[in-house]
Amino acid sequence: MNLEIHNLSFAYGNHPVLEDVSFGLDKGDFLSVLGPNGVGKSTLFRCILGRLNDYSGSITSDGDDLRTLPRREAARRLAYIPQIHTPTFSYTVLDTVLMGTARQLSPFAQPGRAQSEKAMQALERVGAAHLAQRDFTRLSGGEQQLVLVARAIAQQADILIMDEPTSALDYGNQLRVLQLVRELAGEGYGVLLSTHNPQHALTFATRTLALCGGRVAALGRPEDVLTPELVSQLYGVDVMFAETPAGRVLVPMMAGDIV
Amino acid sequence: MQTNHSRRAALCLWGLGMLLGALFLFSFVLGRYDVSTLQVLRILLSRVIPLEETWSRAMQAVVLNVRLPRIALACMVGCCLSLAGTAYQSVFQNPMAAPDILGASSGACFGAALAILFGFARGGVTLMAFVFSMLTVALVYLASSKTKGGRSVSILLSGVMISSFFSAGTSYIKLVADPADQLPEITYWMMGSLSGARGEDVAFALIPMGVGALVLLLLRWRINLLTLGEEEASTLGVHTGRLRMAVVLSATFLTASSVAVSGMIGWVGLVIPHLSRKLVGNDCRHLLPASMLMGALFLLLVDNVSRNLLATEIPIGILTAFIGAPFFIYLMTRKESML
Repeated sequence: MNLEIHNLSFAYGNHPVLEDVSFGLDKGDFLSVLGPNGVGKSTLFRCILGRLNDYSGSITSDGDDLRTLPRREAARRLAYIPQIHTPTFSYTVLDTVLMGTARQLSPFAQPGRAQSEKAMQALERVGAAHLAQRDFTRLSGGEQQLVLVARAIAQQADILIMDEPTSALDYGNQLRVLQLVRELAGEGYGVLLSTHNPQHALTFATRTLALCGGRVAALGRPEDVLTPELVSQLYGVDVMFAETPAGRVLVPMMAGDIV
Repeated sequence: MQTNHSRRAALCLWGLGMLLGALFLFSFVLGRYDVSTLQVLRILLSRVIPLEETWSRAMQAVVLNVRLPRIALACMVGCCLSLAGTAYQSVFQNPMAAPDILGASSGACFGAALAILFGFARGGVTLMAFVFSMLTVALVYLASSKTKGGRSVSILLSGVMISSFFSAGTSYIKLVADPADQLPEITYWMMGSLSGARGEDVAFALIPMGVGALVLLLLRWRINLLTLGEEEASTLGVHTGRLRMAVVLSATFLTASSVAVSGMIGWVGLVIPHLSRKLVGNDCRHLLPASMLMGALFLLLVDNVSRNLLATEIPIGILTAFIGAPFFIYLMTRKESML
């Protein structure tokens, strides 16, 4: 199972957003996408998820063009984990996760015992089984994000797509969610995740894609491609790397700091 | 898996069903012509199984030809308006959506007014109301498919535009209508009333209402997915365009046939879905049946008041607004908001 993005270009009208972006994602990869605000990370994700169709280049999964796959088949290949947001109508946690099983059911069918068990297993996998009967909207942000990960697990797709899943979470929950995602990649999921924090890429990801000006600025193992020069190029701030027993850390250097 | 939640919801549904059954029977007793509950039960049962006739011809005529169509129609219209409102709210992720949000009511009014202007008989007026109601929603769908941007928003906006267009048309027809007989007839039709309900009205509405309700009930779990929004629903494997179309079409069938036989009866499709959500939650698997039962219960209750409170009948459309509006404000201002 893999995802291939080949020479992808996309423009909103005359305004080009993505130019000639190519990369691949295999099972077990945890690919983090870095780039400044407005660089086209979300546009890239929307192209992959089939929300934007008028791009040039190709996005294929196991050789099949994702644009031509039926929705249900596409949902077998890719699962999307959105940023947490307050839904208009609330459901229980179990019912929320149960929605992940939709692609396995025909339009008139209702989820049954098998789907409920699958949903409970997914909740257990993310350590949220005790929340099953709670109202989704009354959970904390971290718990909500875990439930949405569980919904993607219940969907039983091979690749998980996460657009900045940590942006609304506190420090501890960010790390817990990313740790869980790294474990899932270890279990064989392919993960494509965008983040605002290059440290997350260093600590958790197996590969990193850096976008700058709509083009690929770097692609490879985080410890190889993430250099102070790249960070400076992407975000316009100076950083230095420090080696610690727990791994490499990024330290920002603000104007006036004495090094 | 049987959860606490769904057990509670099932209990609510049974309770509502029994309440509706009891009110249904009791409604036959109300009215100027006295009939006892037992007689009502016997007369109704005699249609299905042979029973010894212990009632007069007049009694039978009152129960079967006068009260039965009216009571049945009140239940059907209440049930359908409430169901349509719930479905629209879910599809458009908007708790303020009501059955006439896409212009079904203003289209129906225009059709009815046009039919009255041309001097059509009652059946013609009903048919024209239904046809124009469907036509309006089709226009809304067509207009929104030409626009860019979010689909739900563009459908709602087209609904507002086309609805106001047909309202203007209705106003023009009122202007040119004969003020002696046509104008009052149009005005009265638009107030919404179940008085003079006949068996033909029930028969006319039965098929579109049945089809619409059946499709929505079959799709009830999928409708939950639409409330997540376009992006999430489609990545979960739902063909959102097709599903939304099926739900909107069914809900429009329900609205159009209700408005065609009863005129404009507001508030049912907005207030009852909210109450039902409070009672059984937002899961459409329980919510749709609950709002059907509550809608029927509510409209039957209000219609009983409407035909028995005063010597001259108050049109039910006026009563539902009298009851609905203050009730809605009460809901909004309660400590634990229901919205």
